[in-house]
Amino acid sequence: MSKMIPDSLPIPAGLRGVASDWAADKQAFPVPWGKAMMWIFLLSDTFVFTCFLTAYMNVRISTTVPWPNPSEVFALRIGGADIPLILIAIMTFILISSSGTMAMAVNFGYRRDRAKTAALLLTTAAFGLTFVGMQAFEWTKLIVEEGVRPWGNPLGAAQFGSSFFMITGFHGAHVSAGVIYLSVVALRVWRGDYERKGTYETVEIAGLYWHFVDLVWVFIFALFYLW
Amino acid sequence: MAYVAIADRDVHLHDPQTFVTKYIWSQDHKVIAIQYSVTAIAVGLVALVLSGMMRLQLGFPNTFSFITPSNYLQFITMHGMIMVIYLLTALFLGGFGNYLVPLMVGARDMVFPYMNMLSYRVYLLSVLVLRASCVVPGGPTGAGWTLYPPQAVLPGTSGAGLGIILMLVSLAIFIVAFTMGGLNYVTTILQARCRGMTLLRLPLTVWGIFMATILGLLAFPALLVSAIMMILDSVLGTSFFMPAVVSMGKGLKYDGGSPVLFQHLFWFFGHPEVYIVALPAFGIVSDLLSVHARKNIFGYRMMVWAILAIGCLSFVVWAHHMYVSGMNPYFGYFFATTTLIIAIPTAIKVYNWVLTLWHGDIHLRVPMLFAIGFIFTFVHGGLTGLFLGNVTVDLPLSDTYFVVGHFHMVMGVSPILVVFGAIYHWYPKITGRMLNEALGKLHFWATFLGAYAVYLPMHYLGILGVPRRYYALGDTAFIPNSVHDVNVAITVAALVIAAAQLVFLFNLVWSLAHGREAGSNPWGATTLEWQTPDTPPKHGNWGARLPVAYRWAYEFSVPGARSDFIPQNEPPEAPGGREHGAKP
Repeated sequence: MSKMIPDSLPIPAGLRGVASDWAADKQAFPVPWGKAMMWIFLLSDTFVFTCFLTAYMNVRISTTVPWPNPSEVFALRIGGADIPLILIAIMTFILISSSGTMAMAVNFGYRRDRAKTAALLLTTAAFGLTFVGMQAFEWTKLIVEEGVRPWGNPLGAAQFGSSFFMITGFHGAHVSAGVIYLSVVALRVWRGDYERKGTYETVEIAGLYWHFVDLVWVFIFALFYLW
Repeated sequence: MAYVAIADRDVHLHDPQTFVTKYIWSQDHKVIAIQYSVTAIAVGLVALVLSGMMRLQLGFPNTFSFITPSNYLQFITMHGMIMVIYLLTALFLGGFGNYLVPLMVGARDMVFPYMNMLSYRVYLLSVLVLRASCVVPGGPTGAGWTLYPPQAVLPGTSGAGLGIILMLVSLAIFIVAFTMGGLNYVTTILQARCRGMTLLRLPLTVWGIFMATILGLLAFPALLVSAIMMILDSVLGTSFFMPAVVSMGKGLKYDGGSPVLFQHLFWFFGHPEVYIVALPAFGIVSDLLSVHARKNIFGYRMMVWAILAIGCLSFVVWAHHMYVSGMNPYFGYFFATTTLIIAIPTAIKVYNWVLTLWHGDIHLRVPMLFAIGFIFTFVHGGLTGLFLGNVTVDLPLSDTYFVVGHFHMVMGVSPILVVFGAIYHWYPKITGRMLNEALGKLHFWATFLGAYAVYLPMHYLGILGVPRRYYALGDTAFIPNSVHDVNVAITVAALVIAAAQLVFLFNLVWSLAHGREAGSNPWGATTLEWQTPDTPPKHGNWGARLPVAYRWAYEFSVPGARSDFIPQNEPPEAPGGREHGAKP
């Protein structure tokens, strides 16, 4: 459908490609349905997290009581010294590493390496599970030791606890769902479902979701813990 | 990776065998569409009855002992919420979207039929939770459909305990259902079109549903988030939306939250929601006008761009609902400007509808009557929107009956007229029989004139300053006696218009068995759903081979063609070369 744009016009090839994709019949993107749908879902989910984070920033600047200092609240006492944000740093490192193993799983999937794909998917899920476990530790510490509750806390603004439990809880639910999702996909890879189907696209689609969950965490980390 | 588009593949469909898989747990988009529509209309009838009760109270105060002030507020809340979300959104997207999208783009079904089925089941669950909120202790919430905190969760508002919680839970469930359906509609339109069906050959109905679904996918998240936060405020006692409140001389546990934040989140959803309802109506009405005027739609590409422009702009106008909320007054400057800019693409659409009629071969059949009626009510509601979009004019009109008249005209009556027109138009394809024409015309004139009899006087009441959502006006000095007479007249008109809907329901049921046989294409329409091998279309829609689109959807009255319309799947070698159903 390049007839839409005459060749004589000085238009970059990429833009011509976009124009011809959207001017085509049958489909706008040369991708499987599941992948297209996952992208659209993630766009919608982006709006969910954007609303959560915007709402959190709004209550944080409008609350009447000072906001607790995250560096102090999220510090761990290790060997007699308070190390700020150490647990969060490790959690972030683990989650970002899991994106790496996920990308490798997708790569081995397209190479039809069944065993390595399944192993890497399970590794990714294990990283995710570790993340959720550390989050559970963090929640327990806040609730039991610091006395933080959703409706109030001794450290400052009540909205600190409300926002914290709501946003990290919603993200943690996403990670937990992802762990289950990846485990199911890993099982199917191992059984050879995708070998018979002839395509490993499902691994990539699961990967899109996982990378999204990781990306969202980066924003939560920056806006909640570093601010 | 070489990827073969679905239109180029051989696909084997598994036909449902038993009654249960065919009609109850069906994955066929057409059955799901009818399930959605029937549920939506059933719950919509409840909302209609509620509005009748409200009118009885307003027209004849101190007469009906069973309507207490808190009942009245509960009726208002349920009526608004049901009409906007559980009726119009579900009917346009779950009903018409499900039925028409795969047929119009030339697909066998939605891309993920199983998820589509789940979407309806979850929608049904949300409706049941909503109904459950009416029987819990304290009754349903009476906070108004906007559910503004702090009053929505405070004792003193009816349904402040379980009522509001079930309302919010039901909304959250609805959003899950909508997301499953919406992902299907968007992916089907983008990725599952038949050969030859480019985006700019799609009928405008599909464009309207497409953009409305995208708006839904991006706007409902804001409602989901605000619902979650308000549930937390109500159940766990967090203070996201709740400032320090003194109630009955006692300080409550809440402190430091922001009620205006809720309004921002709500209207970030709420304004696109207006267009989630309006855009499918815009699309459908374009097709009805074109078919029944035997003329191509005027300015097709401009219509598509106008739909896209309205969709984008609808995300940057939300705070025009909040001029009196106490937000920074400078915001009004920005939001009034964007609001007025939206009038430009909207006006383009109205001009193009009128120009489609210009010199057309207009057949005043029932769907066309409703389509033309829509132009009247929509222009009317759009013009009063200009009043309310300007901050200084809005301030005195805020929370008066002027607002009620405006939004009922623009997003109540107008989309409902299109719903009726669309049902009269597509009923022959869905059932194989025509609806009764005489009853249809009676239904149209009663509804159209009745709508004016109800809503036009409300503008007058609003300019007098009569506030909305009041149970009774009592002896208020600035309200003249004429207001009461007007209220009686409105109530009588409203009851007549409600009774006229029984004619429509009777027609729907009666014609199912006794209607005239429709044939495959009674209106002489060009779009693909009228070219199916069977009427009603069977599972898989197209028989052995998918259709191929050779042209756009508006080849009417082409000079030199044998018939006055050319279907989209007619090959170019033989323009108008064969007969298609009855001559219009």
